[in-house]
Amino acid sequence: MIALIARKELRALFGSPLAWFVLAAVQCILGYGFLKRLDDFLQIQSQLTQLNNPPGLTELVAAPTFATAAALMLFATPVLAMRFIAEERRQHSLTLLLSAPVSLTEVVLGKFLGLTGFLSIIALLVAVMPLTLSGIAVIDFGLLAMLLVALLLLTASFAAVGLYASSLTAQPVAAALAGFGLLIAMIFMGETAAESLRSRGWMAASALAQTLSPMKNFEPLARGIADSYAISCSLLLTIVFLVLTIRRMDAMRLRG
Amino acid sequence: MNTATLSETTLCARQLSRQYGKHLAVKPLDLVLQRGEVLGLLGPNGAGKTTTLQMLTGNLAPSGGSVSICGVDLLEQPQTAKQRLGYLPEAPPLYREFTVADYLSFAGRLHRIPSGRVWEAVDCAAQRCGLTGVLNKMIGTLSKGYQQRVGIAQAIVHEPDIIVLDEPTVGLDPNQLREIRAMIRELAQQSSVVLSTHILQEVEALCDRVLILHHGSVIFSDSIAGLRALTRERTLLLRLGTPPPPAALLAIPGIAAVESLTDGRWRLRCAADGDPTAQIVARAAAEGWDLQELGTAGANLEDVFAQLTQESPAT
Repeated sequence: MIALIARKELRALFGSPLAWFVLAAVQCILGYGFLKRLDDFLQIQSQLTQLNNPPGLTELVAAPTFATAAALMLFATPVLAMRFIAEERRQHSLTLLLSAPVSLTEVVLGKFLGLTGFLSIIALLVAVMPLTLSGIAVIDFGLLAMLLVALLLLTASFAAVGLYASSLTAQPVAAALAGFGLLIAMIFMGETAAESLRSRGWMAASALAQTLSPMKNFEPLARGIADSYAISCSLLLTIVFLVLTIRRMDAMRLRG
Repeated sequence: MNTATLSETTLCARQLSRQYGKHLAVKPLDLVLQRGEVLGLLGPNGAGKTTTLQMLTGNLAPSGGSVSICGVDLLEQPQTAKQRLGYLPEAPPLYREFTVADYLSFAGRLHRIPSGRVWEAVDCAAQRCGLTGVLNKMIGTLSKGYQQRVGIAQAIVHEPDIIVLDEPTVGLDPNQLREIRAMIRELAQQSSVVLSTHILQEVEALCDRVLILHHGSVIFSDSIAGLRALTRERTLLLRLGTPPPPAALLAIPGIAAVESLTDGRWRLRCAADGDPTAQIVARAAAEGWDLQELGTAGANLEDVFAQLTQESPAT
């Protein structure tokens, strides 16, 4: 049932121009960024060889491209997520799922998988760009895999937050703005609160702030460090927002 | 179909009620439906029809009471119960960017039809709803009548025991109206149907039983024959070439009220007992009123409401 709903969501996304616009726009920006950085890399390559332990192509070209992709996800996810619950409520089509013999958990997980599935396409396309150079340059496959994992984890947490925002209202635009605002607030919390709390010695509060910040968890992974704490924080954030979404949908049934 | 399945109870609601804050949207109501029956939920807008249907289909949690679908409690085992339900809400839950075939097969799979049998079920539902010609069209490009049919097809694709239709004929033209009504009658041969409407004639044309809601409470619950007895020939319309003073008409036994319309037409409200038709014809002939037309006017919902709310003691 979860897979069925996820497939339906993907099909609905690809049936709308919005999804294609997002894919095209993101790919354009990332492609340009990738080529620009590749160009810069080629210019400084001779100087790099003089260094003792020079950073490679993956570190200097692929990693920044993934960081740009992460920033773009911040905009793309809430806009796509608004279709999943808010727009379905406005178009009254959510009733089909709610009166079907499926649980709300299945509905929310199906929608979550559909959304992350779509965003994973963007992530995979980002990973393909450095791979096109694999025949003519040395690629650090370990780092590339870690970058992909980092982006996928980030995408999953963005998607969960986006879905929660989407469940808050039946106005799609309001849902997209709420999702965007929520993500920005969480990132700022991670950036500023985590540092200042740690400097005051409030470790628990600082850890919580980091849990809430998707970007803070992205950074160590994107440097190629398999930071289990950052990975668990990302997963925890995702699960918390999925549970909130399910509860929110159940409240609709109870309150009407 | 044998008589044993015909008398099977499919839907049973006990003391079902719903409150929004302090406002009682639906006061406790009981409802029992047998297989093969069509139950009409009649009432003006805001009477609580949609709220009741939402509770019966598990879309809204009731404040009190219980619903059982073919013996399965809807609140305790929602998934088992919902599998036997088909629901068309007021606004059909359509995916505009899907083709009719894709949409119906998704709806079927969602209601746990095995993937091997789903296309068979889609074809069957499409045939019953007259959608065979548009299976490969986008739902968003279809006319309102066709979209309504797709909505009904989605409610019957898994051959449910109970079909719940919320105002299925709203916004349709007279031809579509007739087709959809015929379709509903056909559906009722195998399942139970609950439908809501605010049109009295629709209930008379379709339903076996009727439940009239008014401000959230049931003010009438009986067979369609009971409703007919309530509404039958209470109003006479006549046209006279040389009308007498109203007092002369009012003097005829069995006439309770006289109302003059334009163009020599009159509306006569009859008293509950007795049929004054013969009297009117006799008097008209004897006194030269020049009787040109005489007929009965179908009662409308307002008349029935006026009558029911007057008759029922204040609660």
